[in-house]
Amino acid sequence: MAELTNQPLLQVENLSVRYVTPTGTVDALKKVSFELGREKLGIVGESGSGKSTLGRAILRLIPRPGEVSADRMAFMGQDLLAMSKFQMRQVRGKQITMILQDPKFSLNPVMRAGDQILEALSIHGRIGRREGRSRVIDILRAVRIRDPHRVYNAYVHELSGGMGQRVMTAMMVVTNPMLLIADEPTSALDVTVRMQVLAIIDDLVTQRGMGLIFISHDLNLVGSFCDRILIMYGGRIVESCRAADLNKVTHPYSRGLLDSLPSIEHPKPVLATLKRDPAWLEAP
Amino acid sequence: MTANERVQTASPGLRAWLMADAPESGWQAACGRAYRGWRAFAGNPLGLMGLGIVILLLLCAAFAPWIATADPTAQDLTIRLQPPTALHWLGTDRMGRDTYSNLVYGSRVTLYIVVLVLVIAAPIGLLVGSTAGYLGGRTDQVLMRLTDIFFSFPRLVLALAFVASLGPGLNNAIIAIAITAWPAYARVARAETLAVRKSDFISAVRTQGASSWRIIFRHVMPLSLPSVVVRATLDMAGVILTAAGLGFLGLGAQPPTPEWGAMISVGRENILDQWWVPAVPGMAIFIVSLGFNLLGDGLRDVLDPKLS
Repeated sequence: MAELTNQPLLQVENLSVRYVTPTGTVDALKKVSFELGREKLGIVGESGSGKSTLGRAILRLIPRPGEVSADRMAFMGQDLLAMSKFQMRQVRGKQITMILQDPKFSLNPVMRAGDQILEALSIHGRIGRREGRSRVIDILRAVRIRDPHRVYNAYVHELSGGMGQRVMTAMMVVTNPMLLIADEPTSALDVTVRMQVLAIIDDLVTQRGMGLIFISHDLNLVGSFCDRILIMYGGRIVESCRAADLNKVTHPYSRGLLDSLPSIEHPKPVLATLKRDPAWLEAP
Repeated sequence: MTANERVQTASPGLRAWLMADAPESGWQAACGRAYRGWRAFAGNPLGLMGLGIVILLLLCAAFAPWIATADPTAQDLTIRLQPPTALHWLGTDRMGRDTYSNLVYGSRVTLYIVVLVLVIAAPIGLLVGSTAGYLGGRTDQVLMRLTDIFFSFPRLVLALAFVASLGPGLNNAIIAIAITAWPAYARVARAETLAVRKSDFISAVRTQGASSWRIIFRHVMPLSLPSVVVRATLDMAGVILTAAGLGFLGLGAQPPTPEWGAMISVGRENILDQWWVPAVPGMAIFIVSLGFNLLGDGLRDVLDPKLS
């Protein structure tokens, strides 16, 4: 038992995703390796650096013609790559879930919010209507929705962006997953609402002892929110550090990202821009 | 207070309630939306005319025993081929049957055919189209090529072939027409499905471990249903014509069932001397298909936001 609890939640070794198309091969992820315990792991990087691909590859939701390969991709000791489609569906939603970017698009426009959360429950086992409804109301309360009965019956267009993202979060944690992947969950929200949603995610993760992979391009946000940070560039992890040590990173790309941020304590007349070195794509 | 005054005093309040910019309940919003849709539809005189014709047909079918003046199957050879008279409003056919009563009872058969064909064909089309569109790849290829094969035959010819193999009769005619009618709905459903299959909310359900069937039935189909329904209202006229065509050829409803196509076929031999015998059911078919067409056009204008 002791071994089980010490075992990392997710182990990834040399994970690659490659798209072979008639116009050429694209390596979206190149031999990414990391481990995740019950912690908050932030993944940062520019657009196209492979952050979202990484999240989807863990759930094996890479669309064709993408190919996923890895020496090892294990979730609580189970090999994700060896699983059948059916077994994988049991993992998705029940053990690993993913919060998507914009609630306006990631919630079904013709389903009531509550029914959509209930759908998540009913995918993984039969559940009675009354029991389901009370669990949905409970989870809506847990994401700090003040009037859960009204929100249960609302459609997406009747909810604000922040409410929508809370519904989305509720939908993804209602099944008590072990690992939550949040793919830029707050980028469609404004600053104040963003902080509320983050606080909710933080509470849920801490209370329920989940692991969290937080994908974002906001360096400061990740630095203050997560325990550990992976910095990605061109489909590989260029640097990994503890969140507290974010200012001590050494890789020129990470330094470049930090230098290009405006800071209120050290104002600069002209912000630095990134100078990309092609060598970063080759060497780790 | 007269009834007229009451309507005038009550109507502004009701109208304001229906047209409220900020409805207080979902029910009020739904009523307001329906009212606005009705207003848009009512602005289209042709659509209203179609609606009138269809309502008339429905009333005819519902109250056939009370409207008809005679038993549609009663034969009386002493009064064969009479022109319209006070007793037989639209004349009699060569068996001495009252044409008007036949026509009224025939409206039941027509509605029966239209409704059953749509109830059979629309779900098949929806299922095939949504499956093809969502799964894509080889499934899509196979299902859509199958659809193309059905499309490549003229509808009546294909229906004829099916009835010929199933045997003549009203129910077989309905099955045959349904078999020829589903490809159109499959195309529409597939197009709608392609538009939503890449949406984020479909990805969201997938990340929750939903199977493809679950996604197709619970998340894709409800979204492609409205387009299929609109398409179906436009198709009703075609169904009526095909049914009448089969009846005329003796492959649809069998005598003595009063079916309009079969009535024309019976009166065909008298077309030169007693022209009204085939002309009356012909007019009925013409008017009812026109009505369904006009209604379908009107509805499409209201329901399809892309056109307004």
